[in-house]
Amino acid sequence: MLEFSQQMINGLSLGAIYALIALGYTMVYGIIKLINFAHGDIMMVGAYVGFFSITLLGTNIVVAMLVAMIFCAALGVIMEKIAYRPLRNSTRIAALITAIGLSLFLEYITVVILGPAQKVFPASAFPVKVYNIAGLSILNKQIFVFVSAVLLMLILQYIIKRTKTGKAMRAVSLDQEAAVLMGISVDRTISITFAIGSALAAAAGVMIGVYYQTINPLMGIIPGLKAFVAAVLGGIGLIPGAMVGGFVMGLLETMVSGYGNSLYRDAVAFGVLIIILLIKPTGLFGKNTGEKV
Amino acid sequence: MQEKSKSWLKFLSEVILLVLLFTLVQYALSAGLVNQSYQITLTSMCINVILAVSLNLINGFTGQLSLGHAGFMAVGAYASVIITNFMDLPFIIGILGGCLAAGIAGFVVGVPTLRLKGDYLAIATLAFGEIIRVVLQNIDYVNGPAGIVGITKLTTWSWLYWAAILTILVIVNLMNSSYGRAIVSIREDEVASELMGINTTGYKVLAFVIGAMFAGLAGVLYAHYFYIIKPETFNFLKSFDMLVMVVLGGLGSTTGAVIAAIFITFLTLALQKYAAMRMVIYSLILIIVMIYRPQGLMGTKELSRKTFARIWGGKK
Repeated sequence: MLEFSQQMINGLSLGAIYALIALGYTMVYGIIKLINFAHGDIMMVGAYVGFFSITLLGTNIVVAMLVAMIFCAALGVIMEKIAYRPLRNSTRIAALITAIGLSLFLEYITVVILGPAQKVFPASAFPVKVYNIAGLSILNKQIFVFVSAVLLMLILQYIIKRTKTGKAMRAVSLDQEAAVLMGISVDRTISITFAIGSALAAAAGVMIGVYYQTINPLMGIIPGLKAFVAAVLGGIGLIPGAMVGGFVMGLLETMVSGYGNSLYRDAVAFGVLIIILLIKPTGLFGKNTGEKV
Repeated sequence: MQEKSKSWLKFLSEVILLVLLFTLVQYALSAGLVNQSYQITLTSMCINVILAVSLNLINGFTGQLSLGHAGFMAVGAYASVIITNFMDLPFIIGILGGCLAAGIAGFVVGVPTLRLKGDYLAIATLAFGEIIRVVLQNIDYVNGPAGIVGITKLTTWSWLYWAAILTILVIVNLMNSSYGRAIVSIREDEVASELMGINTTGYKVLAFVIGAMFAGLAGVLYAHYFYIIKPETFNFLKSFDMLVMVVLGGLGSTTGAVIAAIFITFLTLALQKYAAMRMVIYSLILIIVMIYRPQGLMGTKELSRKTFARIWGGKK
C-alpha cells in the first residue's frame, strides 16, 4: 500500500506535466482540427529558454518559467502564421505533413545551433528537499510541479469560461463560419489559442527540466506523443478531458515502470492509444457525432 | 491489329532498355569502375526506390498517412536474418519470409487502425512502428538493443535492381487495375466511394499490406548488405525520410517517387557529414512543398514516353 501511494505521488506530478502539454494539443485540435505535431518540440524550446534564463540571466525558476512561456507563446503564433495559416483550406494530409515538418525543423535547428548533447539543468535553481510524511517521501520539486500545473490549469479554465477571449475561442471551435458572422476575428482567436497552448507547453518544458534535470533537443518527441495519447484518451478537443487524460497517463506510466518492466513504458502508452482508438475513438468524455457529407 | 503489335513492340523496347541499364551497371561493377562509396549509394538508391514507391501506394494513392513504414522494414529485416543466418536457409527463402512477415505485420496493424480516419491513423501507425521497435529491443533472441552483427552479405546488384523493378511493376499494374481505381476513389472521397459499394476498409488494408510487404523486401535487402541491423536503425526518423521522398515526388505519382528517392539518396550522400543540417533541410522541404505545392512536385502526374515525346516534338 505504501509502495502504491508512493507511485501515486510520482504519477501525479508526471501526470500534471502531461496534462499541461495535452491541453495545448486539445485546444489547437478543438479550434482548427489539426494535430500539432510540433507541440512537443515547443515544449523542448520552452525547456531551453528556461535553462538559458537561469544560467545566463540568473533568474529564479518562476521567472524562468514566465520567460519561457512568453517566448514560446510568440513562437507558437509565428508558427501558425507562417506554416499553418496558408494551409487552412487545403487537405488534412497537407496540414499534417507540414506539422511533421515543423516538428523536425524545431528539433534539428536546435541540434544545429546548440549541439546534440544534453544539458544539465542547474541544480542550484531548485535545491532538492525531501519531505517524509507518514513513510512517504515527497520531493519539493514534485510539489512545485503539481502546484504550478494546477494553478495554470485554473487560470486556463478562468480564461476560457469567464473572459471574452475564451468565449470567442469556444465559439470558433464550435462553428467557425457562425463565429465570423458574430463579429469574431477567427484569425486572431486562432493566434491566441496557439499562444496559450504554446505557453502551457513551455511551462511543462521548464517543469520537465526541473523534474528530470537534463534537457536535450529531442526531448519533446516522447512526452509530446504521450501527451497526445492523453488528449485522445480524454477526448480530443475537450479541455477537461485533456487534464484527466494527462493524469491517467502519468499514473499509468509510473505504475508500469514501478511494477512491471520499465523498458515497456513507452510501448504501453502507445498500446493505450490503440485500445482507445479501437474501442472509443472519441475518448472518455467525447460524444459520438455522425459524419457530415 | 496494328495497335496490338505496337504495344508488343513498346513492351519489348522497355524490357530491352531495362536489361541494358542492368547490364551496364553490372559491367561497371564487375570491372571495378565503381568505388565502395558509390556502391553503397547505388544500394541505398534501390532500397529507397522500393520504400518510396511502396509508401506512395499507402500515402499517395490510398491517401492514408502512414508513419510506420520503418517498422515493417524492421520486421522484414529481422525475419529474413533469422531465416538466413540463424537457420541457414537460402536467401530466396529469406526474402520470401521477410516479405511475408512484414505483410502479416501490415495486416495485424492495418485491420484495426485503418478503420480510423486521417490524423488518427498517422498517430496510430507511428505508435505501431515504435511498438515494433521497442519489442525488438526487448527480445534477447535477436540481441535486443545491440542488434544483429555479422550478417552474411547476400544482396547483390541483381537482387537490388530486379527487386526495385518488381516493386514498380506490381504497383503500377495494381494502380491500372480495377483495384487501383477503387483505391484512388478512397483517396478522392471516402464517403462517396463507400456509397458506390466499395469496401473501403478492405481496399485500404490491401494497399497497406502490399506496401508493408515491399517495405519488408527493402528491409531484407538492407540487412543483407550492411552486415548489421539494430532496432534503432528503424526508428521513426527513418519513416520520416521515406515520407520526404513521397511528398517531394508527389503524393500519387510512382515516377515522382522514384525520382525523389534517387534525388534524396544523392542529397543524403552530399550531406553525410552534416546529419543535423540534413534533417533541417528535409523539414524545410516538407514545409515549403506543402505550402507552395501541396500535391508534391509531380502531383499525380506520371512521367512516361508520352511526356518525353511531347517535350521532344515540342507540340501536343
